[in-house]
Amino acid sequence: MKAITWQGWHKVELDEVPDPQIINPHDIVVRVTLTAICGSDLHLYDGFIPTMERGDILGHEFMGEVVALGSEVKNLKEGDRVVVPFAISCGRCFFCERQLFSLCDNTNPNAYLAEKVYGSSGAGLFGYSHMYGGYAGGQAQYVRVPFADIGPLKIPEGLEDEKVLFLSDILPTAYMAAENCNIQQGDIVAVWGCGPVGLLATRCALLLGAERVIAIDRVKDRLALACADERVIALNSDKTTDLQEALKELTGGRGPDSCIDAVGMEAHGTSLGAVYDQAKTATFLATDRPTVLRQAIMACRKAGTLSIPGVYGGFLDKIPLGAAFAKGLTFRMGQTHVHRYMKPLLERIERGELDPSFIISHRLSLEEGPGAYETFRRKEDHCTKVVMRP
Amino acid sequence: MAESIPVSEGFQKTEQQNQEPQIQRQPPLNVGEAERYGSIASGAALVLAAIARRGVGGLILGGLGAMFIQRGLTGHCALYERMGITSAPRQRHGVPGSVGVKVERSITINRPAAEIFRFVRDARNLPKFMKHLERVDVIDEKHSHWVAKSFSGRVIEWDVEIVNEHPDELLTWESAAGSPVPNAGTVRLKAAPNGRGTEVRIAFEVYPPAGMLGVFGAKLVGATPEQEVEEDLAMLKQVSETGEVATTKGQPMGRH
Repeated sequence: MKAITWQGWHKVELDEVPDPQIINPHDIVVRVTLTAICGSDLHLYDGFIPTMERGDILGHEFMGEVVALGSEVKNLKEGDRVVVPFAISCGRCFFCERQLFSLCDNTNPNAYLAEKVYGSSGAGLFGYSHMYGGYAGGQAQYVRVPFADIGPLKIPEGLEDEKVLFLSDILPTAYMAAENCNIQQGDIVAVWGCGPVGLLATRCALLLGAERVIAIDRVKDRLALACADERVIALNSDKTTDLQEALKELTGGRGPDSCIDAVGMEAHGTSLGAVYDQAKTATFLATDRPTVLRQAIMACRKAGTLSIPGVYGGFLDKIPLGAAFAKGLTFRMGQTHVHRYMKPLLERIERGELDPSFIISHRLSLEEGPGAYETFRRKEDHCTKVVMRP
Repeated sequence: MAESIPVSEGFQKTEQQNQEPQIQRQPPLNVGEAERYGSIASGAALVLAAIARRGVGGLILGGLGAMFIQRGLTGHCALYERMGITSAPRQRHGVPGSVGVKVERSITINRPAAEIFRFVRDARNLPKFMKHLERVDVIDEKHSHWVAKSFSGRVIEWDVEIVNEHPDELLTWESAAGSPVPNAGTVRLKAAPNGRGTEVRIAFEVYPPAGMLGVFGAKLVGATPEQEVEEDLAMLKQVSETGEVATTKGQPMGRH
């Protein structure tokens, strides 16, 4: 079959590889009908995530048709259309039982690698380096999906693939980010980053009762998409001389009640701090660039919440923890517990309350996928979200 | 797509692996620890001298040096064996007091103690989570025969005896005298707080082949006894909680 594989820094290509097989009794094999490139795939593309190996199949946002079943899978049958969560969860460990699915104890065969860096390992992920299990991903014609009795969500007839694909990752991520803000009536939420997750987070924050959302980004197209909903105000961080002042003005001097960092470790900025971050990561003296994290800590109102769906990988410098302490901030973060949100979000989509497909800018074939990585990275051609039909 | 469902990686080995493995018994240890270090040192010196000297004399010296190095590394001297003497400590049950490696690790498994105890008490289950074990044959209630692959990939085997057990709480085993890799271990089970399952604590001692040299060598290759115990415990947890072992063996990958 054809699959998109990682071949090194800024190098992905379409390879011919063997078809996946059932390996464990709870596996299924899915024929992929729609898949996407995630912002976090760019961290792999840019070489920020260690333990990648040439030939690794990428992709953790995918859906399709069940074509093979392991002996223990009773909840699905061949031909079912399913969306698959990007994290693989066993459903039976301490964490899965408490709905903390992305922290599953049992699905990372390389747990010792993650333990070396982080102290403990979370769940195995599709297509996201050997530290996270080294599972072959879904930017391919077929994928093997372990623990199919726990993960895949069956999609009813009548809903297009594009409307439900993002249940695999970015919609639950955006929703969990907004939920983590503990939004109260009257709250104003500031969202850094109008990529796919940030855009969806603005919608989820409004759904969860935010009075208003401030969307922050450097790219005009993306800000325009954010403000398609009139309750969202755009702030161009490149054009705003004093971001902190601007945020205070938009919130009656209080500061945003909660801040969502939907940018993560590869933040860009023009401040002195941002230049420092660039220098440090370029020389491998630091692994993450926390420009947005700093801004959010400084901006957040006292006793507010910082919600961090943006991926951080390693170590970073010069975080104003003193400011966070002085203001009594709450930090909530982590990989999304996708399984927890899929059904409720599917219901909202069915009722017409949410249509995540508005973020899609590029609809391509798998062959065009490798080229799209560069387009997505440079945000060229009005690129917001790339989906591929194998 | 394939019609039949291929054999699962987890417990069922392929046809090839089910055949009798080539058994290579390790020659018995009959050279003492200190003498082995001395042997390697003098062997190395002889080899250096041989290189400097060259000629027939050099060849002889080199040959002798190589022999000394070999008996130091393996702990087995063919000459001693012929003469029926040994300078190694007497092999007893389990692990000689102050030598060898001791590892203690814990893991919490979300299953009742009785279930975990029943699973590990049946020695035939051990290869399902101890990944260096090829096979275990049960001899009787307290004895079993273990077949494993050593760090270097060589197949070795030994007998094991259960020396102590308290059902659902404690299990202690020791390898029989004369085992090529003397080892002993105790598994303790204790209820974890507030419905979290069972705390499984293992204390494991092993006296690897080539004594401490093997340990240092293993550390270089990365497969230390600590890491092995940790990985085996993780696999025990996976098998106990989910019925399978997480793996990606057999999955596709691209050009590399």
